[in-house]
Amino acid sequence: MAALVQYLITGIGVGCAYALLGSGLVVIYRVTRVVNFAQGSFAVLAALTVTTLLAAGLPHGLAEVSAVLLAAAIGLLTGLVATGRPGTTPQSALIVTLGLGVFAYAVEILFWGDQPRSFPGLPGTVAGVQSHYLLIAAVTAVVLAATALLFARTDLGRALTATAEDPYAARAVGIDVRRMGLLAFVVGGALGGLAGVLITPVQQVTFDSDVALVVNGFSAAILGNLTRPGLTLAGGLLLGVVQALVGGYGSTSYQTEVALVLMLAVLIVRAGSTRAETA
Amino acid sequence: MTALLEVRGLTRRFGGIHALRDVGLDVREGETHAVIGPNGAGKSTLFKLIGGQLAATAGTITYAGRRIDHLAPHRRARRGIAIAFQDAPVFHGMTVAENAMVGAHAVTSAGPLSAVLRLPRHRRDEQVIRTAAAHALRRVALHELADQSAESLPLGRQRALQVARALCGRPRLLLLDEPASGLRGPERTALAALIEDLRGEGMSILLVEHDVAFVARLADRVTVLDLGAVLATGTYQQIRSDPAVIAAYLGGHA
Repeated sequence: MAALVQYLITGIGVGCAYALLGSGLVVIYRVTRVVNFAQGSFAVLAALTVTTLLAAGLPHGLAEVSAVLLAAAIGLLTGLVATGRPGTTPQSALIVTLGLGVFAYAVEILFWGDQPRSFPGLPGTVAGVQSHYLLIAAVTAVVLAATALLFARTDLGRALTATAEDPYAARAVGIDVRRMGLLAFVVGGALGGLAGVLITPVQQVTFDSDVALVVNGFSAAILGNLTRPGLTLAGGLLLGVVQALVGGYGSTSYQTEVALVLMLAVLIVRAGSTRAETA
Repeated sequence: MTALLEVRGLTRRFGGIHALRDVGLDVREGETHAVIGPNGAGKSTLFKLIGGQLAATAGTITYAGRRIDHLAPHRRARRGIAIAFQDAPVFHGMTVAENAMVGAHAVTSAGPLSAVLRLPRHRRDEQVIRTAAAHALRRVALHELADQSAESLPLGRQRALQVARALCGRPRLLLLDEPASGLRGPERTALAALIEDLRGEGMSILLVEHDVAFVARLADRVTVLDLGAVLATGTYQQIRSDPAVIAAYLGGHA
């Protein structure tokens, strides 16, 4: 029983990171129609940056926040490179983000080497649960709620939503669609960076950790058709928990595979039921 | 009387075909100006060039004394040119109120960065926008449907919402692309009354329309396009008796 609780908590913690990363994908996809495969690199770069900043003597908190801001800036850069040229199709931009993700490997190995790195998270336990997991869940809840409020309750959020719904009409009513796209990349970068910063204390990071992160984040986002933040959160948590259970009761070698097969099953069942509805 | 919008020598070619050839047109301050013409006359092309959805092959567009023909559509909107209808449908996935509020973006935000910097005082901004949107929706009798989803409205009501959204941007020049097409009698009358009200408040309006009765009722002046060129400009009475216009409209049938 104690083991089950621990697996659930671990799963929720990891799932939160997937959800944050997936939400970044959703924000970018909705506004620009680009699937950003560099999303995992934001997380890895931010996490590795924290290790360096902490080593340089920056206090906890400041190091993490700086790394997330850096990830936001890298998001902007990614957006500029991938979509900056007018007329770039979302498909070409997707390939560019893939290329940037591979390029990030070179930068990461150059600065941080190819060995796993980590840094301490929030120490201690609360009621037998590692405090850091509670921190992950709390920060994720606050950040995703704040993002939802930004979209629902501000002029900027409405402009982003309008751009997502109809860029042509958005331009006609005075919205700078290109800048909205870049802003989405900034938000996506920050959310990806935050995922990396939160998860690294409980799961070491290497330069190629982005693959597992982006695959899981993407699966979570796909559950919500890449457009629904709520379903993305649910998908992230589901993936995280299933992986923790498989890892705990079975073998850690099959964690990702089992979770992805489950996600595929969910998608197939849902596709079947949608077809039934529309028929 | 000064012209708010001056179009000179405007030309647009698609391949070898002239969609628009050397078109000149003025919209005076406070005037309702209609553009009519048979199908394929270049009316939509003219609108897209003024709104910025298309780039001109040649010619100039001057608005409020400044060239705007090289500006992106959103920059033209920021300067006070609002578009409703074909080129700017309502936003799906948003409520009626949110659609109207999006219109305020043109006047409230100078750009995303300033918008982020404004977040701390967004509550007050939000209140201003909400009030403006509520006012605009009341004008078009949509205030009771504010929380409905925009795409659930019937076509006529969606048109009214597009006007409300445009009004939230406090435009000086309103471009209406075939406002009456697809509308039933009462909806048409309501829209005509709204346009008359706006004209009464001093708004300049440029409208493209097939419905001649609609144009006759609303327009101070009419420009007739045919095969991409201006055939005649004048009051409705003047152009109605213009031999070239009669030939163009009746020529196909004669």
